[in-house]
Amino acid sequence: MYFLRRLLSLIPLLLVISFLAFVLVRLAPGGPFDRERKPASPEIERQLQAKYRLDQPIWKQYIAYLGDLARGDFGPSLKYRNHTVTDIIAQALPVSLLLGAMAFGFALGVGIPVGYYTAVKRGRWEDYAGSLFSILMVCIPGFVIAPLLVMGFAIHWRLLPVALWASPWHAILPVAALGLFFSGRIARLMREGMLNTMQAEFVTAARAKGLSEHTLLLKHAFRLAVLPVVSYSGPLLADLLTGSFVIETIFQIPGIGIFIVNGSLNRDYTMVVGLVILYATLLVVLNLLVDFLYTLLDPRVKYE
Amino acid sequence: MGESKAGGASVPASQLVSSLAPPASPNERAWRRFRRNRLARISAWFLGGIVLLVLLWPLVTPHNPDMLSDNQFQPPSAKHWFGTDVHGRDVFTRVMYGAQISLLVGIVGAGVSLIIGVTWGATAGYVGGRTDNLMMRAVDILYSLPSIIFVIVLITTLEGLLKNWLAAIGSDGLAKSARLIFLFVGLGAVSWLTMARIVRGQVLSLRTRQFVNASRVLGAGPVWILRQHIIPNVLGVVIVYLTLTVPAIILYESFLSYLGLGIQPPMASWGSLIAEGAEQINPIRIYWWLIIFPGGVLVSTLLALNFLGDGLRDAWDVRGGN
Repeated sequence: MYFLRRLLSLIPLLLVISFLAFVLVRLAPGGPFDRERKPASPEIERQLQAKYRLDQPIWKQYIAYLGDLARGDFGPSLKYRNHTVTDIIAQALPVSLLLGAMAFGFALGVGIPVGYYTAVKRGRWEDYAGSLFSILMVCIPGFVIAPLLVMGFAIHWRLLPVALWASPWHAILPVAALGLFFSGRIARLMREGMLNTMQAEFVTAARAKGLSEHTLLLKHAFRLAVLPVVSYSGPLLADLLTGSFVIETIFQIPGIGIFIVNGSLNRDYTMVVGLVILYATLLVVLNLLVDFLYTLLDPRVKYE
Repeated sequence: MGESKAGGASVPASQLVSSLAPPASPNERAWRRFRRNRLARISAWFLGGIVLLVLLWPLVTPHNPDMLSDNQFQPPSAKHWFGTDVHGRDVFTRVMYGAQISLLVGIVGAGVSLIIGVTWGATAGYVGGRTDNLMMRAVDILYSLPSIIFVIVLITTLEGLLKNWLAAIGSDGLAKSARLIFLFVGLGAVSWLTMARIVRGQVLSLRTRQFVNASRVLGAGPVWILRQHIIPNVLGVVIVYLTLTVPAIILYESFLSYLGLGIQPPMASWGSLIAEGAEQINPIRIYWWLIIFPGGVLVSTLLALNFLGDGLRDAWDVRGGN
């Protein structure tokens, strides 16, 4: 019930966001047709404006836009003529999502074991090595690590392709460049969660009852210790999806990133508004899912 | 929790006598804990050194950061410590000039986030009730939104408006730096959410503490309580998160500059320098110094800021004591 109500409350939120984006892009000086064969005759200019409804008052444009949106139509791109924004999203979003999902898996796959292990070995050299790794990763942004990976693995050793998005081999470097940063954050969260849980009374009680250390840590403590990671994974997904813009630029991956940057610079109104709505929707829904997952993992948490 | 560890049997007699003087305030005790943290101390010295170098280098350098020369792509040498770039400019000098922008954006941005976050959080926490609910709900919503996309859209749209407006009121110089002003204010304006949450939580718990109640019973007004009891107690936590906000904003700026939305050439920041280096990646020759040095300075600054922030947090956080 609670989640249904929250799902419904997202609708007005998304309406507000879409309206703000809609008005904002139109406030900016310059228009989408400024850079085209000047001087266009006022006649042509007016026809273009009329074709894309830009001659109407802004609220009328917005209502018409919402009508299209309800039918799943993001409208025509003002810059990439002959393409609709829906087309472009359908082409580019799967790439960005795939990159993001793989980097998410990478970050969890590296971060959780490192965090777990460093907590269990607290104060030993394994702890220091692992903790050094995680703080280093947190401080090396993707756009520093990506060129280094390319120079090392792709150019110097010639092991992997330099750029593009064609085979699984092409995915290795971008996924690592995007995921490493977040694996450090996750390792730190996991270590802290694990250390806190290992001090909890139920752990001491279980140990006193003679449970093996292995079962105790992996089966009982782990489940509670991983909760901070779960609640971070909502913002993490947001950061991954938007952080991939830079990685996409470096590796020339045909994802969403290039369209949002160019769309904003070129005043491609429909493109920008469409992508803002898309990402806002994606992220609020993902966050809701994360909260839901949290209640499943931790029965003590109840939302009313 | 914090008090229990200060006592104990190992206190020498001389200290017992001196403890007749007013006891150390929580802030003094935290400061003492902080100074025992070697990593944080080294980081503080390192950051101080960087700032000093950045300020002094323009006075002593033989190189002009914007002067083009024929010495393109020189590897690091005694003359050019970090080598030269595609236009034959000295990379070390470029990194030092870039540091000015990067550090300034970090500090000013953190200042902006401090003002918004503390005002928002303290109001929500102190007023409480329905207002608190509403204000924190807004923070939750903003949290779940893709802030980087908003920053991209805001920069590309509002920057033009600001530029036109500044030009209209006749300050062309300011109009040229519209992008810079926008980076300062804009990045701070999207980074205040954590600060607001933390301050609100602190104020909320302080508000119900006994010494605050006692003060209220004695007839103190809200202004007195805020100034005498709440603000001094929140200060430590605020400073800690301020230190952690600076690297986040520096990272943000370099991200935008990397995408070509931040600092415009010939000005430089660490992000734009790394982007310039990455442009020169080609399969024939590797100009590693164009990435390693700007990247290395950026990463070590972020590391130092994070160590410093962690050290401050450990020192101020009562739970960290045991």
